[in-house]
Amino acid sequence: MAVTKPTAAVVLIAASALTLSACASSKRSDNNASGGAKGNTNATLNFGAAGAPATLDPFYASDGETFRVSRQIFQGLTGFKPGTAEVAPALATSWTPSSDGKTWTFKLKTGVKFTDGTPFNADAVCKNFKRMDSQNAAGQQASEYWLTNMGGYNGAKGELYQGCTAKDDATVEIKIARPTSKFPALLGLPAFSMQSPTALDKYKANDIKAQGEGFVYPAYANAHPVGTGPMKFQSYDKTNKTVTLVRNDDYAGDEKPTIAKLVFQIIPDETARKQALSAGTIDGYDLPNPVDWPSLKKDDNLEIRPAFNILYLGLNSQVDPNLKDLKVRQALYYAINRDQLVKSLLPSGASVATQFMPKTVAGYNDSLQPYKYDPAKAKQLLSEAGKSGMSITLWYPTEVTRPYMPAPDKIFNAIKANWEAVGIKVTPKPLPWAGGYVTQTQNGKASAYLMGWTGDYDTPDNFLGSFFSDPKGQMSVGAYPWGAKFVKDLADADSMVDESARTAKYEQINKQVMEQYLPGLPISSSPPAIVFSKKVTGVTPSPLTDEHLWTAKVDK
Amino acid sequence: MLRYILRRLLQAVLVMFVLSLLLFAWLRSLPGGPVDAMLGERATPENRAAMRKTLGLDDPLPVQYLRFLDNAVHGNFGTSTGVQSGTDAFSLFWQRLPATVELSVFAIIIALVTAIPLGYFAAKRHGGLLDTGSVVLSLIGVAVPVFFLGFVLKYFFSIEWNLLPPTGRQSADLNATRVTNFYVLDGLLTREYDASWDAIKHLILPAIALATIPFAIIFRITRASVLDVLGEDYVRTAEAKGLSRRVIRGRHVLRNAMLPVVTTIGLQVGGLLTGAVLTETVFAFPGLGDALATAFTTRDYPVLQVLILMAALGYVIVNLLVDLAYAVIDPRVRTR
Repeated sequence: MAVTKPTAAVVLIAASALTLSACASSKRSDNNASGGAKGNTNATLNFGAAGAPATLDPFYASDGETFRVSRQIFQGLTGFKPGTAEVAPALATSWTPSSDGKTWTFKLKTGVKFTDGTPFNADAVCKNFKRMDSQNAAGQQASEYWLTNMGGYNGAKGELYQGCTAKDDATVEIKIARPTSKFPALLGLPAFSMQSPTALDKYKANDIKAQGEGFVYPAYANAHPVGTGPMKFQSYDKTNKTVTLVRNDDYAGDEKPTIAKLVFQIIPDETARKQALSAGTIDGYDLPNPVDWPSLKKDDNLEIRPAFNILYLGLNSQVDPNLKDLKVRQALYYAINRDQLVKSLLPSGASVATQFMPKTVAGYNDSLQPYKYDPAKAKQLLSEAGKSGMSITLWYPTEVTRPYMPAPDKIFNAIKANWEAVGIKVTPKPLPWAGGYVTQTQNGKASAYLMGWTGDYDTPDNFLGSFFSDPKGQMSVGAYPWGAKFVKDLADADSMVDESARTAKYEQINKQVMEQYLPGLPISSSPPAIVFSKKVTGVTPSPLTDEHLWTAKVDK
Repeated sequence: MLRYILRRLLQAVLVMFVLSLLLFAWLRSLPGGPVDAMLGERATPENRAAMRKTLGLDDPLPVQYLRFLDNAVHGNFGTSTGVQSGTDAFSLFWQRLPATVELSVFAIIIALVTAIPLGYFAAKRHGGLLDTGSVVLSLIGVAVPVFFLGFVLKYFFSIEWNLLPPTGRQSADLNATRVTNFYVLDGLLTREYDASWDAIKHLILPAIALATIPFAIIFRITRASVLDVLGEDYVRTAEAKGLSRRVIRGRHVLRNAMLPVVTTIGLQVGGLLTGAVLTETVFAFPGLGDALATAFTTRDYPVLQVLILMAALGYVIVNLLVDLAYAVIDPRVRTR
């Protein structure tokens, strides 16, 4: 009998499969998560993440998707009270500054161990700081949060961090170069989490390299993160795009984990995340589109976070000289119908901003009134300034949504229509977010642009300082006659040790900014949301996106 | 013959070289860049500039290109900055390739087993209900955008009827063993049959979505081709000779009608990667298309370069083989 070609092919494939299977065997471990004895449930929480974590070592990260994973694995010296931006004890139980605000003594929690068994103590804290401070050239660029907040490495000039001393096993002293309002809140940022010194050493955590136009991370950041947190890292399946964490049964914190396993499924498309939630293959996801809020409220468990962000319209008088005149800037502000914009384009709970920070931040000035929509006044101011019928280029980003700006193009259109109504000619300038928008606006190349900010922690400097402390920054405040004084006032306020005096100073600065300077136009604050299915409860929404997913109660 | 092969090979190398140059320049002429994607709104202009310098992105383009070539001949195609930070771009390609191959194979099988029989019977019953129905179906197949079709498929099969998973490649809690990263095959090899079955369930919906356009085109070509052949003299002669219907269908009609269909299938397979970009995004299916989409929004230069160059290399190799095949068949080609 002649063997036909297709038959031969099938036989060949079968034979080779058999050969291959001889050398491939199942390496499956027990499906159930480890432990289970101490925890109260064996539930798994599946969370839909919008992007892959950039690294598992939060020190080299600057994006929310990475931090979301880190926050479940690690703890910092300080933390945040759930559901707020207030500083709260974490690995440090208390702290006291010296009278000059430059030496901080932290009392540490005792009896805490990293998940690899290494004890957490003063020595471990100092090793962490030493590790963060002594970065190689690549590490200095990759650790964005340290660079921005500490201003340098290895004792460089102008560096905020000055040293760490272990006073005894449970007491640590950290010195900083000058008093600043952001201390010790910033130690609660995931980037400054406490990591196991043993694992950091063993997996060469500091051996980061800049190679081939990207950063090559060491083994630690790729596969061996070790913290003291409620969950511990199990696996990152790159071909299936899932990150799996399991419960740390020895977690020393107050809120014990109520789930045995936490799986992050990476689903970049927003509609796909929503459908996955409806189908039940994920139990929750972040930043649902405000358009979907009503239906999610009905069918799922939509948690609205306190608004801790600001959307503003930046102005740069160096690019557009028309903007040098305060009257023009005020006219642009009066011309925008922000009540309407907030009502029709932002999620429910959004509010019109009266200054460059949301309400909950210390230093927020309650007495400031919003610039009410008044097109007649806008026209009058423009004619007084001799700029009736002026033209302006308005920049807005594409290919992006931000918590403070769910639909940039719609917000742009609303503002454009408002401005045109008072006789201003508006030239649109759309650019992709990562396609030049960020660089150009931040480098002060845009005349008028939409931009925003979500707070890292609850200090006024985290908002005002980010926008204005660089005189040549995005709004080129240094070019205004009042610019130098403004920048100095900000620096002075930040270094005031007395909290109530500092708050009063910021309130005064906020008033000046809005009434005399108006370098840009604060538009609104929007509450972002996070959504879980009906069967998941127990996760408190956080303004800092610091949700403790391990506290979820999953009803199977 | 040897000289001809050598010449064609050299030409192929030259094509790839020129393409890499154009691609390199084009990517970097786009505004923005990977640093923006990595840092977002949270960095000062100085920090941005310093990061660009560290990553070598502020060197003059020719310098950057020479460095790229130098690294590339040493097998180093750069490091991902957006799709999967820190991963070698070439490894990323191999990591993602099995997913797309699996998806494409499923899609093309679905297209073939539906389009060819349907095309044949539509032609046989020309003008009948089946014919009209399938023609309309094929028109819908071409006209409906993948993201809409994907949405509808997921709505019914995943949400309403809860039959198939809406996203991903495999359920994470299966903890399946990986051997080749072809998940269906891996399950068979390791005898984790539930893992294979789970992977197949994840493949069905995206494969249907990806199959629609090839289905529609193959169906129409089959139908037209069968119609043509049915009218040929030799079919009438065969019928007149009293050959059985089966012999006529198999030996005379289908065999002749399949020639243009096979050519079309070849072209459609080439087009699957294009379709995979949308399909994989809609179904969060972690293949090359998904990587390409993410790479573009995050301006991940190394990954974009590897993915686009590998796709181009695929085309160049296929064309090279076709040219060489012509040369074998037709000696005149060689001397030209």
